[in-house]
Amino acid sequence: MSEVLVLVDHVGGTVRKTTNEMLTIARRLGEPAAVFIGQLSDEAAAALKSYGAEKIYVVDPVAVGPYLVTPKAEVLAQLVGSASPAAVLLSSSAEGKEIAARLAVKTDSGIITDAVDVESSEDGTPVTTQSVFAGGFTVKAKVTRGTPVIAVKPNSAAPEAVDGAGTVENVSVTISDAAKGAQMTGVEPKKASGRPELTEAAIVVSGGRGTGGNFEPVEQLADALGAAVGASRAAVDSGWYPHTFQVGQTGKVVSPQLYMANGISGAIQHRAGMQTSKTIVAVNKDEEAPIFELVDFGVVGDLHTVLPAVTEEVTKRKG
Amino acid sequence: MNIVVCVKYVPDATGDRRFEADNTVDRVGVDGLLSELDEYAVEQALQVKEKAGDDTEVTVLTVGPEKAADAIRKALQMGADKGVHVVDDAVEGSDALATSLVLASAVQRTGFDLVVCGMASTDGGMGVVPAMLSERLGVPGTTLASAIEVDGGTVKIRRDGDTATVTVEGRLPLVLSVTDQTGEARYPSFKGIMAAKKKPVETWSLADLGVDAAQVGLDAAYTSVLSAEARPPRTAGEIVKDEDGSGAQALVEFLASKKFV
Ligand SMILES: Cc1cc2nc3c(=O)[nH]c(=O)nc-3n(C[C@H](O)[C@H](O)[C@H](O)COP(=O)(O)OP(=O)(O)OC[C@H]3O[C@@H](n4cnc5c(N)ncnc54)[C@H](O)[C@@H]3O)c2cc1C
Ligand SMILES: Nc1ncnc2c1ncn2[C@@H]1O[C@H](COP(=O)(O)O)[C@@H](O)[C@H]1O
Repeated sequence: MSEVLVLVDHVGGTVRKTTNEMLTIARRLGEPAAVFIGQLSDEAAAALKSYGAEKIYVVDPVAVGPYLVTPKAEVLAQLVGSASPAAVLLSSSAEGKEIAARLAVKTDSGIITDAVDVESSEDGTPVTTQSVFAGGFTVKAKVTRGTPVIAVKPNSAAPEAVDGAGTVENVSVTISDAAKGAQMTGVEPKKASGRPELTEAAIVVSGGRGTGGNFEPVEQLADALGAAVGASRAAVDSGWYPHTFQVGQTGKVVSPQLYMANGISGAIQHRAGMQTSKTIVAVNKDEEAPIFELVDFGVVGDLHTVLPAVTEEVTKRKG
Repeated sequence: MNIVVCVKYVPDATGDRRFEADNTVDRVGVDGLLSELDEYAVEQALQVKEKAGDDTEVTVLTVGPEKAADAIRKALQMGADKGVHVVDDAVEGSDALATSLVLASAVQRTGFDLVVCGMASTDGGMGVVPAMLSERLGVPGTTLASAIEVDGGTVKIRRDGDTATVTVEGRLPLVLSVTDQTGEARYPSFKGIMAAKKKPVETWSLADLGVDAAQVGLDAAYTSVLSAEARPPRTAGEIVKDEDGSGAQALVEFLASKKFV
């Protein structure tokens, strides 16, 4: 069986949930082989092994240096050359997509981004599912040339714990001078919100212009439900909430079990980021707001009174 | 300095967007426009030019059907100096790999110090063309900039990531892509609209670029769409009016019925 390379998505060495999902998908297509660029800790190795990684390729971060994403694409291209994998999976983040784009050109391979599911077809090639045009269409596609390079969105599979061999193999890579042209000169880590990561969260509670700049009712409800907080672009552009939390075409695309839109009208660009959510709820004082066309449950009312009451009741019920 | 801005002509997102029988996006039968996200690229290019205050020239480049000339015209009205339109029947149905190949050949022909792209096209939206372009041209890429600064031969950008904000520096020539966080794009002024009429637009075919038609188009695509289905519209749910707290109560009941509480 061919290997399926999974570029490990990690923050400072801690493996993210998206990686477990990709390892689970990789197992449908072949033998999962994790590619870890960084200092591999025992915990990280154990985590990868516990989601079925048969092999763990480890690349010394020093080789990659402060040179942004290009060297990572070179690492993968070298592994594609030596391991002839059945596919390469990366997470469909900004960085993951850029690595994927470069890898596709380097290896003369087809690329699919934003996959929300990947299955194996009868002949073993991966078939991807994507959601396009603001979630209005579901597209199934496959790569027809080269090594399939697939960028996978968070929550695309339920991670399945299975024990893999987890054999560690150190790989040395040579990074070209061309890859060193753009260099990171400063890094300012963001403060963690203490809430679930927006694209991974099971519940997202969002606020828009209707908050009038006061996100407290939104945040308090989010915390009562154990949810992530999102925002519309109107709220972000007004400086009420950071851009990292923007949901929509030019922000994050989320697909949680429950999405709550509060004081958000439901413009097409916002829908593009949340339309595929399982259950959608809205609170809006205008009964004509387009958001009500897609909700499973809607309340016509003022969010400043409705949300605190919901929060109080939820907190009470959760005891 | 020679700045090339890559802009795409896309179906209007507020109109009806659809697929054709061969599963390619219908770009002819629907209304189109300059991708709104590429307006930010034009804006940043114009700002770089204005700041440089020298003989810097901004060329807008698009690969697309006849009607894509509208996208070039809009950019010229905003203030770009000249346009290049690559139009060739063979291009129809091209994927990102083929598009980036054509763009790279065209950019090489115009000559460039700086290539500016949008963050993603509002239709395909993969956001991969800029990285592919940088790869094909063999020059550095600084993508997804939320702020840029060009100083002599150096480009400095700020990039807002999920876990950190990073600053990235590269030397010209390079490929840059900018997000909608870089700041509002200008509207064409009346003067700009009049001036645009006299600005030169060249039309190139694949043959002009020395690109083999067999390398582009649907037949050359590296991916194949097996099916494209409209999602069933969401069925309208229950809407209640809040009266004296009844809305919150009903909402909590709903959440409880779905086991969220
Ligand atoms: C290229 C492009 C990209 C874009 N990308 C995005 C994107 O990624 N994400 C995004 O969200 N938008 C995006 N937009 C913007 C989008 O078109 C809308 O302008 C935006 O989503 C509106 O945000 P909003 O719903 O919060 O504000 P509005 O449309 O102003 O709606 C506010 C709503 O709040 C309601 N309201 C007011 N007060 C209250 C109250 N007290 N209680 C309850 N309800 C109240 C109102 O009835 C109204 O429905 C993009 C636009 C463009 C052109
Ligand atoms: N056909 C095209 N013509 C010119 N520029 C394009 C074209 N397609 C993509 N681009 C550029 O590449 C960026 C990202 O596009 P995409 O990868 O399609 O999301 C766009 O914002 C444009 O700047």
